[in-house]
Amino acid sequence: MADIKVENVAKTFGTFTAVKGVNFTVDHGSFFVILGPSGCGKTTTLRMIAGLELPSAGRILLDGEDVTALPASARDIAFVFQLFALYPHMNVRQNIGFPLRCQNYPRAEIRRSVEEVAKLLRIDHLLERRVGGLSGGDRQRVALGRAIVRRPKAFLMDEPLGALDSEFRRLMCAELRELHDRIDATTVYITHDQLEAMAMADRIVIMNQGRVEQIGTPQEIYDRPNTMFVADFIGAPPMSFLDVQTSLRRGDRHIRIDGAPVEIPEVFEDRGEGKFALGVRPENVSFTDASPLRGRVIGAEYLGTTQIVTVTTANGQIKARLPSAKSVQVGESVGIELQPDRLSLFDVVSGQALPSALYRGGCRG
Amino acid sequence: MAEVSLVDVSKSFGPVEAVRGLSLSIADGEFVVLLGPTGAGKTTTLRLIAGLERPDQGNVIIQGRVVTDEVPAQRDVAFVFQQYSLYPHLTVYDNLAFPLRSPARRVNEDAVRRKVLQVAELLHIEHKLGNRATALSGGEMQRVAIGRALVRDPAVYLMDEPLSSLDAKLRAELRLELKRIQRELGTTILYVTHDQIEAMTMADRIGVMNDGVLIQLGTPREIYERPNSAYVASRLGTPAINLIPSELLGSSALPPQARTVGLRTEHIRISSQARSGPLARVHWVEHLGDQNHVHIKLADHSLVTLADPAQPLKAGDEVSLEFTDPLYFDQAGNRICAEEARGDP
Repeated sequence: MADIKVENVAKTFGTFTAVKGVNFTVDHGSFFVILGPSGCGKTTTLRMIAGLELPSAGRILLDGEDVTALPASARDIAFVFQLFALYPHMNVRQNIGFPLRCQNYPRAEIRRSVEEVAKLLRIDHLLERRVGGLSGGDRQRVALGRAIVRRPKAFLMDEPLGALDSEFRRLMCAELRELHDRIDATTVYITHDQLEAMAMADRIVIMNQGRVEQIGTPQEIYDRPNTMFVADFIGAPPMSFLDVQTSLRRGDRHIRIDGAPVEIPEVFEDRGEGKFALGVRPENVSFTDASPLRGRVIGAEYLGTTQIVTVTTANGQIKARLPSAKSVQVGESVGIELQPDRLSLFDVVSGQALPSALYRGGCRG
Repeated sequence: MAEVSLVDVSKSFGPVEAVRGLSLSIADGEFVVLLGPTGAGKTTTLRLIAGLERPDQGNVIIQGRVVTDEVPAQRDVAFVFQQYSLYPHLTVYDNLAFPLRSPARRVNEDAVRRKVLQVAELLHIEHKLGNRATALSGGEMQRVAIGRALVRDPAVYLMDEPLSSLDAKLRAELRLELKRIQRELGTTILYVTHDQIEAMTMADRIGVMNDGVLIQLGTPREIYERPNSAYVASRLGTPAINLIPSELLGSSALPPQARTVGLRTEHIRISSQARSGPLARVHWVEHLGDQNHVHIKLADHSLVTLADPAQPLKAGDEVSLEFTDPLYFDQAGNRICAEEARGDP
């Protein structure tokens, strides 16, 4: 298995620039997820890594070797697509063994490899079955088996679970991740589903309009989003923003919202008077009668263990995740308390997070 | 009066019994969600109401009229499919107007215009009316598809996973919007999904289906707090309810028939000091962004519970567990109701 370096890679189709100078490194053995909305350039990036598209600029290194101009077949990478194309007239054994047969491996070795892979995927009891009669999950395992059997340097997966129903998707998420660990693979995985990304990734790169918004572990990205785009894209429900008109000085630990003092992580930069957004995750909001920051409840969504309560304030809407046992009336006025050390401040013009104690001074990841 | 009723309806496809003896009444203005895994019979149920399938047995009643033998066009229903099928050569306006312009309806253009504008406003797509359907984002297309059903005023809207092809963020937005629209218009909706969050947040009542059978019907809170079986209990809740063999609790205070104990995350208290509860070990702590899940080993059974951020737990920690309000299930997986279960530990 290998590490993959993507250096200043760009791709233009006619007048449209799909990828605008992207940099990241996928470490050996890691599960790396490219996450973003449709049209953000994630598939194009993956196709360039695979060798299915030639970059307009930049380099791609596989294990230190520049493979930018190498065709896909020379890269020793396996690509798993969203729709699994199995050969319907072949049985499971033949489907998995197909890539090896194409490369004229000796029969005995094909047999041994196929059985090893089938055992790994727990489909060894299905080897002689035709793929037509298999369940969706087993078909998917066969398709994965066909990718694994070659023992490539890396796996590239383009929304491989996109076509499955959500419940089954969650199951396969766990299975894919476990498989990745068992075979010590390097995997680059594309999805637009943040839950999938959070559940599976060692590191996530979030792309938007052909650019990298942020790279980090799921927890970093969730807790310390670099941009309002990331803050809004990640989280269900996403981060809430309150409008703040103020000036900031280095060392500030309070701001005023609608006259109410709100404690925030120490600000590390001087900023003149301007518009900012105070970002807060729903689980860092609670209700306290005494709080001077007031709002009115406009809705509550019951989720079983918790509920999501939406509150309007003079400075914008805010969502709180509260235990279901807490009784909340639509229309009631509540005092809002925000967990001081978990708040982000964004410059609303640039969308960038301000350096603060939460971001430990460096937030341009 | 019930708007739509199914009375003891069954439907088989060859050897597969897709729907078995299903009875269900949906009241006027009610939002009912059928929840279940793939193959549970949810879509077949919708198609039976729409008239796209004929029941082998039983009756479909819409607004007091038995419609079992009527073709879809005669039944007063509107269907929204999972894959939005818009007319690509038409504008958003014309797509929305299409159902009203059908020769069978003969709505005059003024009335069409009024209705289209009203629905477009409701769905926040009024600024896109002049666009070609193909020049829309996925979320906008799905809103147009829903809008095309809303321009009509049927007895019931039948929706088959209309949000499942959208990404998570958009799904959450449209979920709220659909519920708002349903409340504002007082429409009757039967909605099919396998997404428990959609069911919990939108439904007035949820019907949990499995293997063609309606297992339980109730408000989201009833289904979550008082599931009638271990199966229903496991359908709702994130992380999922922990189902463990009753002997692991090792207490004589359990109801005698109890074989399985269901513990939701909010009913498990972890204390690090040795208390009276059973001892367990922290296996690992999983960070999912908004939630941290603690995986705990109790004997050789795994429990998953939400971590209290204020309680620092790490892999290998020995902890004692306390359980409040466990659910008890008998051999067959049916819940032993609270009255019989008095004398909890």
